[in-house]
Amino acid sequence: MDIYYTGVDVGSVTTKASVVDGNSRQVGSSIISTGISGFNSAEFVFERALKEAGITREMIKRIIATGYGRSLVSFADRQVTEITCHARGAFRKLGKPLTLIDIGGQDTKVIVVVDGGKVARFLMNDRCAAGTGRFLEVMARVLETDLDNLSEMALNTHNRAKINSLCTVFAESEVVGLLARGVSRDEIAGGLCYSIAERISSMTKKVGISGPVFISGGVAYNGAVVSGISDILDEDVYIIDEPQLNGAYGAALVAMTE
Amino acid sequence: MTDDYNVIWKELGIDLERHDKLIGGLGVIYPKIYLSQQNRPKAMAYFDDFVIDLHGFRVRELYEHKKKGGRIIGTFCLYVPDEIVMTLGAIPVSLCGGTDFTIPDAEAILPINLCPLIKSFYGFKAGRLSPYFQVSDIIVGETTCDGKKKVYEVLSDLGPVYVLEIPHKKNEDSAKLWRIEIDKFVKMVEKMTGNKLTYEDLKEFTKIFNEKRRALQRLNALRWNSPPPISGKDALLVNQVAWFDEPVRFTKAVNELSDELEGRVKKGEGVFPEQQLRLMTSGTPYAIPNWKIHHIVESSGYPIVAEESCVGSRYYTELADETPDTIDGLIGALADRYLKINCACFTPNEERMDSIVDLYKKSKAKGLINYTLSFCTPYLVEANRVEMRAKKEGLPVLNIESDYSRGDNEQIKTRIQAFIESI
Repeated sequence: MDIYYTGVDVGSVTTKASVVDGNSRQVGSSIISTGISGFNSAEFVFERALKEAGITREMIKRIIATGYGRSLVSFADRQVTEITCHARGAFRKLGKPLTLIDIGGQDTKVIVVVDGGKVARFLMNDRCAAGTGRFLEVMARVLETDLDNLSEMALNTHNRAKINSLCTVFAESEVVGLLARGVSRDEIAGGLCYSIAERISSMTKKVGISGPVFISGGVAYNGAVVSGISDILDEDVYIIDEPQLNGAYGAALVAMTE
Repeated sequence: MTDDYNVIWKELGIDLERHDKLIGGLGVIYPKIYLSQQNRPKAMAYFDDFVIDLHGFRVRELYEHKKKGGRIIGTFCLYVPDEIVMTLGAIPVSLCGGTDFTIPDAEAILPINLCPLIKSFYGFKAGRLSPYFQVSDIIVGETTCDGKKKVYEVLSDLGPVYVLEIPHKKNEDSAKLWRIEIDKFVKMVEKMTGNKLTYEDLKEFTKIFNEKRRALQRLNALRWNSPPPISGKDALLVNQVAWFDEPVRFTKAVNELSDELEGRVKKGEGVFPEQQLRLMTSGTPYAIPNWKIHHIVESSGYPIVAEESCVGSRYYTELADETPDTIDGLIGALADRYLKINCACFTPNEERMDSIVDLYKKSKAKGLINYTLSFCTPYLVEANRVEMRAKKEGLPVLNIESDYSRGDNEQIKTRIQAFIESI
């Protein structure tokens, strides 16, 4: 019988599951909004990932839970922090040391990953939503659009509105004011994406870049934020394969090697 | 018994209703954090009793001392010479605050962006919630950090405050300034108590406090064994009670605990699995009931085997020279001893880096958590020095900054867990 491993990443905004085989290949995955029950979301994505892989629960040898809500996943064998899991996932995909910027729904982490997928050092920003996906979510709503379109709008313009507030709540008010003054939505979107790129770049400089810079997490899909980070750091910035699943994938790898 | 204390608290001007809530709170968290531990040394019962009754029995002892005409001196930090205070018949007691219960009282007057320890103690006084504050005849602080230095000015609106000028450096001129300050302090306490320092008494108390420090050195060295015979949380509690208790009785209780731990070590008995990854902390202090970091780390299953902290090695590492044969010599020996303590208020502070590395090696720690209270500029900036030195020596280090709120428990837990996973 083939053996498989699972990683479940219960984030503050989305919950992800990844099923890998004995060769570290991802054979099934699922992403869902976390909503109010981390446990329910975890169960749901687990079942869905199994279905996609075409396997049953009995074929899973070990399950690792990670993310903000990892303690809620009662069916997991062990909990491991998302820092460790992201590092493992990224290293497996790249095969060499890197600096990983994980921009999540409500937190951001910068991790220097060295050989073997080990964490050399890291920094977390999880006390303030500035520089996270939540900031963009709120702003997309104010601009009456969605996250994908927000990035498009930002990339449409060379002129960026200057957003002064770091705080999500106050920045929202600032955007309302700019709209009232007739500033274009594209320019505002550009300013917002650049603003979080600045915040994230500043964190990255503090940790110290070592190796190529990669981005993971849902915000990796926002091309404007990614190019903003690249401009500010004056570095090529790449997007990790399947950025939103990287934590769950890494957790599955941890399950495999334990 | 509690009615008895209520009478005393009322007389001391305590806000009884709010104070009940505060003590009630301690009664709820103490079992959760301390009594839930497995296989605790029996001799910890002395310290449990002391802390559960923290505002009761010791307060009554101080109160009775006062009723007999004695004086109580409330102190901060580590530089007020307890030996001199006790030789002159007064009793010293530490007033540093460790709870966020009193912080709103402080934030009504003081800036929000201020060390939580300082806000906490100020709130204790402003809110009339500490019988130790209320029973003190005078409060003695030092010009250690900017926060404390300036808050003493505000505190002096609420009662008599005396401030010792601690130098910023540790050279010959600094030592001269410090000796002048100690001499002035002696005069102040002599005037307050109506007593005079004598050679025999000062020598006796120098010995008593050295014995106390030796007892703490002995206890904390027993933690270096594998497996550790006592939890870091329990050792921390002992290190915290040191700031309150009568020294001779305390020394005896600590030595009894060490006797029990030696028995455990002989049998290879410990409170964590033998090969379990061990950590040490360095940095800012833990005033009762600040047990946050130790609780988070040890509940995750990893022992803390040493603290380079005011509530830790900085308290007991240095002994005073007992050999001088004049009063002037004894005072000088005390001044020398106290000036050796490596707080980040001094510049430079290389000796602290040395002591961290030394303690790390002796305790056989496998990781260092450098813990700094929020807004503590000296230790926050010095964290860079700690990190550089740790990197040079190849010691894994994690910098943690936190306050007294409960809101960041999960974030701290994640950082510490990730750090442990990376070692």
